[in-house]
Amino acid sequence: MAEQSSTGGPAASNEGPISRLIRAAEIDTRMLGMLAAMLVIWVGFDVISSILRPGGGGLFGGSFLTSRNLWILLVQTSVIAVMTTGMVLVIVLRQIDLSVGSMLSIVAVATGVLQVFDLGPLLGVGHPAIWIIAVVFAILLGAAIGAFNGILIAYGQIPSFIVTLGGLIAFSGAAFLIASGVTVAPMDKTFKLIGGNGPAASIGPLWSWALAAIACIGIGVAIVAGRRRRLKFSFKAKPVWAEVLSVVVGCAAVLGTTAVVNSYLYPPRVAERFALDNNIPIPPGVEDKSGLAICQAADKVVSCVDGLTFQTGYPIPVLIMLAVGLVMTFVARRTRFGRYIFATGGNPEAAELAGINTKRLTVTVFTLMGALVGISAIIASARLDAATTALGTLNELYVIAAAVIGGTSLAGGIGTIYGAILGALLMQSLQSGMALLNVDSAYTNIVVGIVLVLAVFVDQIYRRRVK
Amino acid sequence: MSTETVVADKGAPLVEMHDISIAFGGIKAVDHASIDLHPGEVVGLLGHNGAGKSTLIKVLSGAYKRDSGTIRIDGKDADISNPRDAKAFGIETIYQTLALADNVDATANLYLGRELRTRWGTLDDIAMEAECRKVMGRLNPNFRRFKEPVKSLSGGQRQSVAIARAIHFNARILIMDEPTAALGPQETAQVGELIKQLKAQGIGIFLISHDIHDVFDLADRLTVMKNGRVVGTAHVKDVTKDEVLGMIILGKVPPGATPGPGAIA
Ligand SMILES: Nc1ncnc2c1ncn2[C@@H]1O[C@H](COP(=O)(O)OP(=O)(O)O)[C@@H](O)[C@H]1O
Ligand SMILES: [Mg+2]
Repeated sequence: MAEQSSTGGPAASNEGPISRLIRAAEIDTRMLGMLAAMLVIWVGFDVISSILRPGGGGLFGGSFLTSRNLWILLVQTSVIAVMTTGMVLVIVLRQIDLSVGSMLSIVAVATGVLQVFDLGPLLGVGHPAIWIIAVVFAILLGAAIGAFNGILIAYGQIPSFIVTLGGLIAFSGAAFLIASGVTVAPMDKTFKLIGGNGPAASIGPLWSWALAAIACIGIGVAIVAGRRRRLKFSFKAKPVWAEVLSVVVGCAAVLGTTAVVNSYLYPPRVAERFALDNNIPIPPGVEDKSGLAICQAADKVVSCVDGLTFQTGYPIPVLIMLAVGLVMTFVARRTRFGRYIFATGGNPEAAELAGINTKRLTVTVFTLMGALVGISAIIASARLDAATTALGTLNELYVIAAAVIGGTSLAGGIGTIYGAILGALLMQSLQSGMALLNVDSAYTNIVVGIVLVLAVFVDQIYRRRVK
Repeated sequence: MSTETVVADKGAPLVEMHDISIAFGGIKAVDHASIDLHPGEVVGLLGHNGAGKSTLIKVLSGAYKRDSGTIRIDGKDADISNPRDAKAFGIETIYQTLALADNVDATANLYLGRELRTRWGTLDDIAMEAECRKVMGRLNPNFRRFKEPVKSLSGGQRQSVAIARAIHFNARILIMDEPTAALGPQETAQVGELIKQLKAQGIGIFLISHDIHDVFDLADRLTVMKNGRVVGTAHVKDVTKDEVLGMIILGKVPPGATPGPGAIA
């Protein structure tokens, strides 16, 4: 007990070993709860699918915990997750943005029209500048629409609920007009890679491991640097074992995820196409339908056990999601801007009295939200290889739900970026899992809705207890 | 004590608020009020609840924009239309409501709006916390809860955070709106000591208090308000506590005081 007294609070004396560990390592127990819920959902889907359809190759014999499904799950999560990181800040600021779905549609459609009908004919289809112009345009257009929302809210003093409800309705109408009612397709071939389709849209095993190594080193360096600084000011630091544990757990998560995305092999057809396109020789072999590799058997390419395989590694949209998550976490926690958002959300009058320009802050937050919608619009239209007016339909609700499931309080002032991303992953897990079990989407909606309400309910009980 | 006061009186006024009016809807919260403050002087502001004291000083702190009237700082017209302007003039305020950002910690509140940053432009939380520990160590030596949102602190602890914030940035003019409302007797005495120290450094202080004894102990002059109007202003040594009570309750101005627009004839 004696060695604990320096790290634990006043309650340290009557705690069990686990809560003592959690306290000493300063672990976010709420996040642990979410990870536990995720684990239950994942294992549950795998077990149920193994009963309904055995032989899926998953961890528990089902078809959910397979590298293929998890890889797709991450890609599917990226569109909502990117927007959710912005929605957290909007909600923390005691605002709401109901227009992100329609905004996604309008940005996707305008960007699609630009590259298909304007840039294509102007520069020649497939010109390498097209995707760059399209990406910049989408982000700027999103930011501009977001800024417009923000200005109406901050300077026009119209409640954000109303402004963005108007946007929800108006932007989808505008998107329809821009598209003139048709599906805009196909996207530029480089632009399309951002959606994660095809072998070239992933960075492959080598780069994936390299990134994982860099991330591991980064985690270590950040923790050591933080500790050094605390000690320099002779502050109490976490016990060494807790710091080591953080590095080990963080690194294990990174390496584990990397192993999963790397073990997803391209299906034989895609692999064959990729080998032919890139003049990669296909080794000879004997046909075996259960094999994941490809072999040259006489005059045709067949599935086999010992042959050519392609590990995919991290797909581009997932990398974008991770990068956005990192940048937004940095913005929220390490910058003045982020500090002001949280302070203002906690008490707007106090923030104003402290000299914070809360109007400008509001405009900036909505602009950032818009830029993130721009990024999501790029991913969504690239993934579909088309821009349609319906692309963002209902996205606002999923984005808000993900933020809330991830622990963002609608009362303002409370929320984390990683929580929101986990919230998006959790919701996508439910949707993908039920799709896997062939559950009718009507039931899926019912479940997702219930989970949202349940998450907030549990959260409130948890917060009351912590207080 | 008295020699200091004389010296202070001779200097140019630090603050002159002249003929200030502000109304909310139909209510004239402050009605043609004038008040001034010299360097190293403590001016007590007294009056019933709703007399307009907080509203008057919020005009000075930039929280409210006045409908009419002028504010001069160091004899020059001061354009104060928001809290940032006021801070630029060296005006710091402890609001009656404390005005703390409840969901962030004491350090973040201390530096809110004036964060220290590393050479990379990021928040220097460690340096800020180190400074916060120093300041709080002086004001409230038992304070330990640096990592918790101020929402979870006690009333007295919150009050010391608000006081720390007001004195930490070299204020020239300090506004204290009921600074001891949530404090126990010992902490109240500490704040009294603090006011004397700050005064000795030449800081001008507006002290709003409902405790007439506090004002007599600490203030050089006092101004009484009633229904948004100034009843009168007096040196504390020229009036008795009973006379001041008469000003507060009845609006009756004793011979030792200078009457204002709110005085009854
Ligand atoms: N923001 C506001 N909106 C409307 N009325 C206000 C506002 N602030 C103060 N008042 C009114 O102005 C009057 C003076 O209030 P206040 O300055 O708080 O008095 P004091 O601080 O002397 O108790 C009261 O009648 C109060 O109701
Ligand atoms: Mg008051």
